[in-house]
Amino acid sequence: MAKITFITSENETIILEGTEGSVMALAVENGVRGIDGDCGGVCSCATCHVHVAPEDIDKTGVASEIETDMLELDDNADEYSRLCCQLEINEALDGIVLTVAK
Amino acid sequence: MSQILKHQKTCVVIGASHAGVNFAFALRREGWEGAIILFDADPELPYHRPPLSKAYLTGDDEIDKNLLKSAESYQRDNIALKLGVSVSRIDRKEKKIVLHDGSIQAYDKLVIATGARPIMPVIPGTTTARNLFPLRTAAHVSEIRARIKSGSVTKVVVIGGGYIGLETAASLRKLGADVTVLEREERILSRVTAPEMSVFFQRLHAQHQVDVLTSKNVVSIETNSEFNEVVCADGDRFKADMIIVGVGIHVNMEIAKKAGLSIKDGIQVDASARTNDEHIYAIGDCTFHYNPHYNRFIRLESVQNAVDQAKVAAAAICDKQPIYNSIPWFWSDQYDIKLQMVGLSQGYNQVLVRKDPENEKSFSVWYFKDDSLLAVDAINNAKAYVYGTKFIKSGEKLDKSKLSDLSVEFKPTNLVSE
Repeated sequence: MAKITFITSENETIILEGTEGSVMALAVENGVRGIDGDCGGVCSCATCHVHVAPEDIDKTGVASEIETDMLELDDNADEYSRLCCQLEINEALDGIVLTVAK
Repeated sequence: MSQILKHQKTCVVIGASHAGVNFAFALRREGWEGAIILFDADPELPYHRPPLSKAYLTGDDEIDKNLLKSAESYQRDNIALKLGVSVSRIDRKEKKIVLHDGSIQAYDKLVIATGARPIMPVIPGTTTARNLFPLRTAAHVSEIRARIKSGSVTKVVVIGGGYIGLETAASLRKLGADVTVLEREERILSRVTAPEMSVFFQRLHAQHQVDVLTSKNVVSIETNSEFNEVVCADGDRFKADMIIVGVGIHVNMEIAKKAGLSIKDGIQVDASARTNDEHIYAIGDCTFHYNPHYNRFIRLESVQNAVDQAKVAAAAICDKQPIYNSIPWFWSDQYDIKLQMVGLSQGYNQVLVRKDPENEKSFSVWYFKDDSLLAVDAINNAKAYVYGTKFIKSGEKLDKSKLSDLSVEFKPTNLVSE
């Protein structure tokens, strides 16, 4: 079980609990605005871009090569960017805060 | 006063797959306060289709791990789902649809998102063949998976070397089946890619012991008490415990046609996804629509188009003035290969390949018509996919010599013509 906080671009804070699956799926299931997950979670569409709170980046790890490549030309991307379809929910993610990218 | 005047409008959607479902949620987000009712003949809660030939086929998950939206999401947004219900016809004059049981649903706005169905070749033996399946619905894949896993099926023939056929072949191989792919054309993926890509995928499948045979025109299927035999025009015969048919689709546009809507190679819509009836929109695989980047009308079988037209139609119905202006993109996963495609390559007259000889499993194929970049196919190379998207969008002229020169570092500023 992990409690994950999403902050949307409208500054809405949504706290969700998940046990399995990807963070993207949890967000889509609960209608978190700005996370679409159009490709279903195979890192093909970049519609699940979030910024991990700097203090949580050790829990999530940094973006993998394909995520970095997909986001390379995105002006909003930074070193805390992740495509959250690539974040598998587990207890280690408990308490993390994710800001949905614009 | 406004409360009393406000007529509670109804938006009806025929087809609850990627386009229809995304549309329904987008319509709520746009502020539609009236009823939203989705109809689909498929009894399952709407699910992602792309994984059907990939992760869903090879995995153990039930389809409910693969849903577009959870059941609660529909409730939360007050979207009514009428599943297992097919629609017989549209009565445009009365603004209502008639369901298969004769009951009636009135609409103020109607959205047709009926998608497509697999083509079943008209050849002798398809109806009597054992374990013959197309691959379009969760039910098809659940059946295929169950039979493979039961151990009763070891030899599979896939008819059709397009993306569905090849993805299915890769998945079935992963499950341990002995797979042969039969393609009618001289090369696989001939309709959508350059010969370089066909060669790569042919070799990839060979490396995984999947026979991909070209110029194999299947003319009949013979079935005895033990097995099927797939018979080709050249006389070759292939034994099969199971046959998968992936030879393309028919657009589901019969009800639109019967209703007198404008039809071409799909249901014709304008830049706001509207048909020639101002109250009826069409979205997704079933539409014939204008693409401004390529300056022509096209039909697309893709998630991208389903989602983008869904958003456009939702905005248009809520009195905004959206313009469909997307660059098509697609993907395919086979074995350890991730193929990402952007743009439409049809009409190209030059192909450039950027390939590092050190890493044969990562390269990109760039399709040009003269100086215009039309499309990019990126194999395990998301960078090329992203750059291709940028360049197609911007229309910047590229320096082709630098593009194919590996000594030039691969980054956008190095590739643009000076």
